[in-house]
Amino acid sequence: MALLEVKDLEVNYGLIKAIKGVSFDVNEGEIVALIGANGAGKTTIMHAINGIIPKFAGSVTLADKDITAIHAHKLLPLGMAQVPEGRRIFQELTVYENLQMGYYIGRDKAQFKARLEEMYSRFPILKERSSQIAGTLSGGEQQMLAMSRALMSGPKLLLLDEPSMGLSPLYVNTIFDMIKEVNKMGTTVLLVEQNAKKALSIANRAYVLEIGKIVKTGTGTELLADEDIRRAYLGG
Amino acid sequence: MDFIITLVNGLSMGGTYAMIALGYTMVYGIAKMLNFAHGDIIMIGGYAILVGLSVNPLLAVLFSMLFCMLLGVLIERVAYRPLRGSSPLAVLITAIGVSYLLQSIILAIPQFGADTHYVVIIKDLGSLQIGEVLIGYDTIITLAITIVVMVSLTLFIKFTKTGRAMIAVSEDRDAARLMGINVNFIITLTFAIGSVLAAVAGFCSLLDTPWLEPYYGSLPGIKAFAAAVIGGIGSIPGAMLGGILLGIVECLCNSVQEIAPYTIAIEFIILILILLVKPTGILGKKRREKV
Repeated sequence: MALLEVKDLEVNYGLIKAIKGVSFDVNEGEIVALIGANGAGKTTIMHAINGIIPKFAGSVTLADKDITAIHAHKLLPLGMAQVPEGRRIFQELTVYENLQMGYYIGRDKAQFKARLEEMYSRFPILKERSSQIAGTLSGGEQQMLAMSRALMSGPKLLLLDEPSMGLSPLYVNTIFDMIKEVNKMGTTVLLVEQNAKKALSIANRAYVLEIGKIVKTGTGTELLADEDIRRAYLGG
Repeated sequence: MDFIITLVNGLSMGGTYAMIALGYTMVYGIAKMLNFAHGDIIMIGGYAILVGLSVNPLLAVLFSMLFCMLLGVLIERVAYRPLRGSSPLAVLITAIGVSYLLQSIILAIPQFGADTHYVVIIKDLGSLQIGEVLIGYDTIITLAITIVVMVSLTLFIKFTKTGRAMIAVSEDRDAARLMGINVNFIITLTFAIGSVLAAVAGFCSLLDTPWLEPYYGSLPGIKAFAAAVIGGIGSIPGAMLGGILLGIVECLCNSVQEIAPYTIAIEFIILILILLVKPTGILGKKRREKV
């Protein structure tokens, strides 16, 4: 069953059509990747799904509920969390307070504690730095914090926007391992990535985006083997 | 001895400025706009006290706080929210328009008009004598209120979920939305808190300067704005520091007869000097972007 379904989505920036009718779906339990070059519209799609920028046309449904016109802050209670591009952690708050913000909609103290411990055991560095101002963390640590923050609410669906951007290869591996693990534990993942090779290697299915349109779709392994994809995105 | 009295008076006056400056800085930090009508909320609060005084002084102050809170929320809802996302210049002009509107409303009410009203909230307040030092109770009340306001606001911001959500919204509105934070609610709350603080500052100000007229809030408003900028606009401790600094400077200048006529000029020269050395204000931070 499709957990997230995007139908004929169109987004305009002024007179420029950025997204020209995009449809895709994410089934429960899957990792679905959206790959494409810079400027293909990946982040625009993410922002349109979560309501931060307005949609010109099309519809979005989450678990059979129409969320096309919903306010961004009402999506988390419905089970959809997002790690935005550039991580966007709260730099002036401590690591602990950032994680608390991730549980903003929650009310259960015991559940908060349990989730906090879960994140700390996954990334011990966050526990070590829990009272440190988040702005002082390295890029990789900030990405761990951003992912942990998004998982604090216990989402059904996690949207990840360029999680590998600006990270050293070592951190990229850590982050992708975590994505797989989170998925194994039952969270569905929609992943937007420029690092196509990495994304395809962990994705069940993927969509290839070119200048606002989906030009190809298939399983991760299929696309990894595809000649055109190899030439365009995987460096031969 | 005179110096101590001047200092205490300065602290008290600075406290009033700080409370007004907090309104500017919080709205700037969270709603990303300069609310130039903020000073006029003080004035409206003064008139609310004037109306309430016919019943009871304490009720008058509480009524003024409530009235200003509702007014602040209403102004945000009607004048500023529809402009969210439009150019900062449009919002600024609107704020100036709201400022004139509030003044004109008072002018248009026949009972108030352009007349100056002498507002006595507490009769014959008197002074406290400690040794040779004589301090007016109005000063003491203002100081006490300032301390309570600052401590409770700091605790609220630091230790409540809503307080931290305010910091989150001021830092990154979209990221805050993704946490499930209702940004509109946080902005409304900010206006409510800022306007209540303006009403309280209006009350303190009336204890010291009881002549109420439609432009009563203009000069304190501008000075408190300067205080917020000195401290670093957007920073809550900065507004407190800037306000108190400005109050002390003002009282020190006023205590010397030869300098007193130039007090306001000196205050704004200090503002310029601080901005030349530290353009973000004393505690203001430049946002770093980490990629």
